[in-house]
Formats: sequence, C-alpha cells, structure tokens
Amino acid sequence: MTKRIEAVNDFVVKFANVNGSGSASANELFARSILRMGVPVSPRNIFPSNIQGLPTWYEVRVNERGYQGRRGGVDLMVAMNPQTWNQDVQEIEAGGYLFHDNSKPLPASKFRDDVNVIGMPLTDICNATYTDPRQRQLFKNIIYVGALSALLDIDPSEIEKLFSEQYKGKETLLQSNIKALRLGREYAQQHFAPIGLRVRRTNGVGHKIFVDGNSAAALGAVYGGATVCAWYPITPSSSLAEAFIRYAQKYRVDPATGKHRFAVVQAEDELASIGVVIGAGWNGARAFTCTSGPGISLMQEFIGLAYFAEIPAVIIDVQRGGPSTGMPTRTQQSDLLACAYASHGDTKHVLLFPEDPTECFDFAAQAFDLADRLQTPVFVMTDLDIGMNTRLCAPFAWDDTRVYDRGKVMTYEELEAGKEFGRYLDVDGDGIPYRTYPGAHPKRGAYFTRGTTKDRYARYSEAGPDYVENMQRLLRKHETAKTLLPKPVLTPAARPARFGAIYYGSTSPAMQEALDVLAERGVHINALRVRGFPFQDEIADFIARHPWVFVIEQNRDAQLKSLLVNEAKVNAAHLISILHYDGTPITARFIVEQVSKHAAARTVIPFKKAVS
Amino acid sequence: MTYLAKPKLHHPTLAKNKLGYIRRDYEGAVSTLCAGCGHDSISAAIVQACWELDIEPHRVAKLSGIGCSSKTPTYFLGNSHGFNSVHGRMPSVLTGANLANRDLIYLGVSGDGDSASIGLGQFAHCLRRGVNMVYIVENNGVYGLTKGQFSATADRGSKSKRGVVNTDEPVDMIGLALMLGATFVARSFSGDKSQLVPLIKAAIAHKGAAFLDVISPCVAFNNHPGSTKSYDYVREHNEAVNRLDVIEGRDQITADYAPGEVTDVTQHDGTVIRLRKLAVDYDPTDRVKAMGYLQERAAAGELVTGLLYVHPEAADLHEHLGTVETPLNQLGGRELCPGSVMLERINASLR
Repeated sequence: MTKRIEAVNDFVVKFANVNGSGSASANELFARSILRMGVPVSPRNIFPSNIQGLPTWYEVRVNERGYQGRRGGVDLMVAMNPQTWNQDVQEIEAGGYLFHDNSKPLPASKFRDDVNVIGMPLTDICNATYTDPRQRQLFKNIIYVGALSALLDIDPSEIEKLFSEQYKGKETLLQSNIKALRLGREYAQQHFAPIGLRVRRTNGVGHKIFVDGNSAAALGAVYGGATVCAWYPITPSSSLAEAFIRYAQKYRVDPATGKHRFAVVQAEDELASIGVVIGAGWNGARAFTCTSGPGISLMQEFIGLAYFAEIPAVIIDVQRGGPSTGMPTRTQQSDLLACAYASHGDTKHVLLFPEDPTECFDFAAQAFDLADRLQTPVFVMTDLDIGMNTRLCAPFAWDDTRVYDRGKVMTYEELEAGKEFGRYLDVDGDGIPYRTYPGAHPKRGAYFTRGTTKDRYARYSEAGPDYVENMQRLLRKHETAKTLLPKPVLTPAARPARFGAIYYGSTSPAMQEALDVLAERGVHINALRVRGFPFQDEIADFIARHPWVFVIEQNRDAQLKSLLVNEAKVNAAHLISILHYDGTPITARFIVEQVSKHAAARTVIPFKKAVS
Repeated sequence: MTYLAKPKLHHPTLAKNKLGYIRRDYEGAVSTLCAGCGHDSISAAIVQACWELDIEPHRVAKLSGIGCSSKTPTYFLGNSHGFNSVHGRMPSVLTGANLANRDLIYLGVSGDGDSASIGLGQFAHCLRRGVNMVYIVENNGVYGLTKGQFSATADRGSKSKRGVVNTDEPVDMIGLALMLGATFVARSFSGDKSQLVPLIKAAIAHKGAAFLDVISPCVAFNNHPGSTKSYDYVREHNEAVNRLDVIEGRDQITADYAPGEVTDVTQHDGTVIRLRKLAVDYDPTDRVKAMGYLQERAAAGELVTGLLYVHPEAADLHEHLGTVETPLNQLGGRELCPGSVMLERINASLR
C-alpha cells in the first residue's frame, strides 16, 4: 500500500491552475478559511507574465508554529492544469496526495506509485449542474474548495462566513457560491475516505492581520503623510500605487468639500515619475514613487540630482528578477547595489529593508521622515515575495502623538528675524543644511537649485575646494543617517555560537525557521537581521565577534556582502555567502542544507590549535 | 557676457509698480550668455511682464532643464526659487512642484534641444495633463553649449555655420502643442519685445498649460545666411496674426480701435486679452482652424507669430485631480494621518 503522509496543521497544498480561470479568489478563500480556524498559513502566488492562458500556481503552507517561509515540496497537489501535469505530479513528496479532475480518464503512466490519488469528476459535475460556460468554470473552483474542506476537515461554516462577508448584499451570488461549496463537500464526503492531512482548530493566529506588502506600504505612505504619488505601471509594484489610490480615496478626502488631500500622476515613464517626486519634494510636499528594477535603472540621473541637490524623495522598490526585463513575475533581492549607489558620480543612498507587510507599513511611513530629515532619496527595498503575497503578520500600529519630522526648514519668521541662511551650509555638524520652501519670504531665503556644483550659499561654483567641502559634508550627512535608521535585530543562539548569520528583507521567515531546525541539529547560530543602509557599527561588531558569518541573500552576486565589505569595512574572510536566486522565494530547507554543508566543513580544530 | 556687476544704486525716479517694486527688483544675476543672444531679450521680457503684472517675485518658481536657455532663470527674478534640473526633464519636475503648491506661478524655461529632442516626451505629457504653467521654449535651432550641432527644430534645408545642410524634418512644437491639448499657444520672436511682453503676461494670467515658442537667434552658431533662425531671416518671414494688449480685470479699457479690428478674450481670472487682428478672420479660439492655418502658412514659408490659440475657460491638472484648495505642502498630520483608531479598524478588516 502507498505510504501516506500524516500531518496535522503542518503541510503544503499547491494549486496548479490556468491563468485567468478565476482560480485566484477560490484559492485565497481556501487559505483564509484555514486562517479562520486559527491556523497560520502563508500563501504564495507563483504566476507567469501573462493575463490569460499560461500556467499559474498558488502554494499554501499550513503551519501551526507560524513559519511563513516557503517550505519547499508539496504534500497535496491540486492539479487543475493539464499543461503542467507532469511537473506538478513530480513535485509531490512521496506519500503525498494528488487531487485531480478525473472526468477524462488518464493512463496509469501519468501517475506515480508513491502518491495517493484522489480523482473527482469536476467537469462532469459542473456540466451537469450549470449551463453557462463561465459559471461552469468559476464554480468548478468553488467545488474543489468544497471537496478539499471535506478532505482536510476544514469547518465549512468558516467558508460560508467568508462568503457572506464578501457578498454582503448580493444574495444571489452568496447563495450560488454556498451551493457550489456544498456540492463539492458532499461529493467528497460520499466518495472519499479522510486523508492523512488535517486542519485542526487552534489559536495560532491571534491578533495578526493577513495582508500583502504592497497594500501595507501604500497604507504606510498614507499614514506617513505622502501627498504626491507619481508612478509608472510595472510588475510587481503596480498594486502598490493602486492601493495608495484606494486608501487615499477613503482616508484623504476633505469631508467638507469632497476634494482630495493627495495627487496621483500616472506618469509617461519612470523618468517622469521620479521627476514629479523630486519637483514635489523640492516644493515641500511628501512625495513618493514605487517601481521595480527596470524603473530604478531609468531613474539613475534624477536620483543623482536629488542626492546632490539634497531633495527629499521616497522610492519604494518592489524588487523582481533582473537584469533587463529579467523575471518580471519572480522575486529577488538584486537591486541593492543599483540603489545604494544609484547615479553617476559619487553617491550613497539610504536603504530600508522591511521583512514583512508590517515593516512595509512602518518603513514606508518612516521613509518620509528620513527623507525630510536627511533631505535625500530614501529607498524602501521590498520585493515581489513580500509585495504581492498575503502574509500573516503583526497588526499595524500608530502612535497618535507622533509628529511628522519635516527636517530643517527655515520659516518666514526665522528669515524675517535675520537668521543666516545658506542652503548648503552645515550649521551644527550633522551635515544637514537648512532649506526653504519656494515662496517662503519676499526678500530672503530664495536660492537656485542645480545639479552643478555650488558653494555653501548655493552660488554656482566650480572651485575645487567648494566641491570637496560639499562632498565631504554629504559624507557627514550619511554618517548622521546611521543614527536615524532602524537598528539591526539580533536573534541570539540558545547556546554559545561560533557562527553568525546576516540576512534581510523577505529572507526573514525562511531564516527564522532554518535557525530553529539548525539548532535542533546542534548547529547554533547568532543571527542578525539588517534593516537599513548605511550600516550601524553594531553590524561590523557582530561580524568581528564571529569567526564565520553567513550572509544569506536572494541574488547571484552577494550584493549585501559587497556593501558590507565596501562600506562597513568588514573582513571579507569572515563572510560566507549563501545565495538563492532562481526567482522562487528562498526556503528554510535551502538555508539549512547550505549552512549545514559549510558548517560541517568548518567544524574542525582551528589551525592555530592544531599546530600548537 | 559681461564681468561688470550691475550698480546697486539707481535713479530715485525710476517707475514703480503697484507693489512699489522697480524693474530691477525683478532682475537676476548678470547673464553669462554671449552678447546679443536672443535669450537675454526673453529674460528682459519676462522681467518686464512680471513687473507690469505686479507679481511678487518670490511667488514665482522658475524651472529649467539643461542648455543655454535653461541657464537663463539665473538671470531674472533673483528673489524667486529656481531649479535647474536635468536635461529634458523640466516638465516633470515642474509638474511635481505645481502639485505640491498650487498657489505659486510656475515658469518653465527650456530650449529646442531640451524640449524637442531629449525632452520631447515630457514636453508632450505635461501639456496633455494641463499643468498650470508658462512653458517657454527659447528656440534657436541649434545646440549652443556644445558648439553648433543642429537641433530637432532646425528646418530641413537650413545650413549650419560649418555649411552642413540639415536633411531631417523639423519638430513642429507649435503644431504638437495644439494637438496635445495646450490651452494657450503662442509664437513670438526675441527681437520683438512689444509682441513678446504681452504674450508672456497673457500666458501667466492663463490658467492651464500655456506654451510659448520664442524664436531666439543664436549669435554664435546660427545667425548666418542659410539659417532659418537668424535675426535677418526671422524678421523677413515673420507674419504676426495679431498684436496683444493684456488688461487686468480692474483696469479700465480706454484705447480706441476701429470696429472689427479688435477681439476681447476674457480669461479665467478676469484678465482681458485684447487682440488687434492683423490677419483677417484669424480666430485664436478655434483650435482646428488654427492648426490648418498654421500648416498652410508654414508651407508658404511664413513664420506665423502671435497668440495662435487660447481656450479661455481651460481647466488645469488640479481641477482634473480634484485636489483641495490648500496647497498640499501646507497640509499637516491632522489633515493627512488617519490616526490609530482608523488603523485599528483597518486591522480588523484584515483578519
């Protein structure tokens, strides 16, 4: 008899669908119903650059311990796409389950001996129940959700509750969805024995929220006081701008007049997007753009201008696979260097690395304070994995006593009182000069902003000493940035550890899980999650304390490691890169395997001791 | 250019405008352009127009790209904030600035290289959006700062200083502006201040995207026989369709005109543009006819100048976006942040 995987609240279900078939909402319904039973899930869209017809997958990891990284492997495959049948069947773990539509019989060669097959005549059921082709298609998805609810012991009342929330006031839709759900559920109950995978009600979700990073960052921009958004559609960042529009239309309308306290421009390209942001920032509004790698490439010249002319700007980079058009619908952390050193000439920019939607919210809001305080572009480095997938995370929080930090802006009163104004004059050693908003005062405080070099009073100057002084001040400002950025987060090992690990951004959930697994196997690691660039001193100190530090990244060229060596002046000999860059989100399995391999090779008596 | 600083003292009887400012209060730093450059005349016309309109200099934001023309904002309105941005990208920066504070006057200064070549896209799209601004192209058909290459507005068949004949079709900025929805379109000549100053005044008073193509000869590289952008050539081929007087709402109209010679166009802010017709039957409020007329006269070798099109009740980008009257850069946390109670509600909706 075929082995059966037995697992409660700890398994992976993957749906293989055809893009545009309406499966996305049914699959999300499935994920949410498990959440409503108090069991954490982390779903991931794996989709092609296509609107209709190409294969798309939705992978749901169910994990009571709350691990949200992609696990790797599949326990139950819902194979709804004949195009990808072979590869889908191949991906199932031995002893796993294959759920499929058996309306048309398939030869035995299409199956595996070590996989449990559950065939359900979905097409036949739909054809018998519905006459409209679109209904046949859409309800087929709901019917399989119904069947899965029976197989996995998901409480159907939770699904029906979700329907009633979704179709509030749309009684016909509500009833027809419930009908389809019950149809699938009843068929499964009559024809299939329970399988080894089961969802058991628990309280692992608590107060957490279920949201995607792009929506979270957009909401952060609303809370952070952004009034101008300029963008150009590009996957995977488009839904961020669209979420900003949605939130702003809800929370940024003057109740008295119905007028908008925000302005959004869908620009003609990324050059114009960043141009609008810089114009608005120069003129004292909080402005941002969201884009992805190709957009960052196009914005280079303008980013250099903003750095040199010292204009606040917030750029949210939802990273995808590069270079060039790369893998537009796959994830990577491969824009670090492009952003850290964006533009020709000598530049260094401030980067923030959120780990999940909660930090997307926090960092997006904070980025506006940082940009205003530092008068420079600030990059929020999220990625497709965080941006476009719904994630269970800590609820958003806001302190109502918080006041926006608009930085050093000289007011009419100060100018009128005769306070000295030099646009590029460092008055207190932090490298940050005062600025004025255009139109501030009839006679004082006006200056000419330019990308060409200038003196402390913004007068055009090509004199070497003026240029050098300005560039040195910009370095002092970069030092000041270190004191304002979010600190790295240390996860100390339970036992004294010789290994350290540095990671950032969307690697976080897989890393947390990997650390637990490694600890269980006796590999103890102190882990440090870097949250911003420029790097604080504790990062270099952390590296110095360990003979070996793993640097885990989702790019080919070890970009964070390069930045660490270059900017934190750490000894590269301490650093071991663990790199994952095939476009899929990094998994705990991958990290454990790579770290174990390197750790084993280094668990020898140090050379000095061996020879003494 | 001159190295002589302008004297700070001036004659006490110099004329003052309603704000008590003399023209010198609207000037900027000493120009570093070549002596005789058309661009300096345009700067002088801007100074004159702002002085005559009693504009507070600090309420103007002047933005430019890169090139000789884009250097000129240093040379006028010294008490205004200026922004010399990157090549061809002034329109987007101006758009952003305008969104941040709708209360200032936005003056975009560009050239034919900046707007017709590298910046053609941004030129097009900021006109499409109806950004409330005055967009002046100081058009000389040549790259001056890089020493004499043809620009995209150089006419086919015109000759460079080195004798090279241009074989490319020129970009017709006026034609584009009309097609793309600019709501105020004019062409003038830097050597005709009496035409240019009222056009700038009318453009400033216009609410919407105002585009001014000003032919401005380059004395160093494009003022020779064979050029179609030289002083001589422009003077010979200039065909003005109208002359303008700009009358602010509160002024009384006193001038006397023969019937049929004059059309009054009242703009959004009450400003009246009084047009003395030079070409019979030219109606500057008819966009489609204007486009046909301009094509026809261009084919006949004429350079049509004057106010070519105006839509007096135009709407601007802020109207399209429905933004609040208060400039966005003056809104604070109270107006912008939905607060923790609302956030808790949002959290609840995400469970």
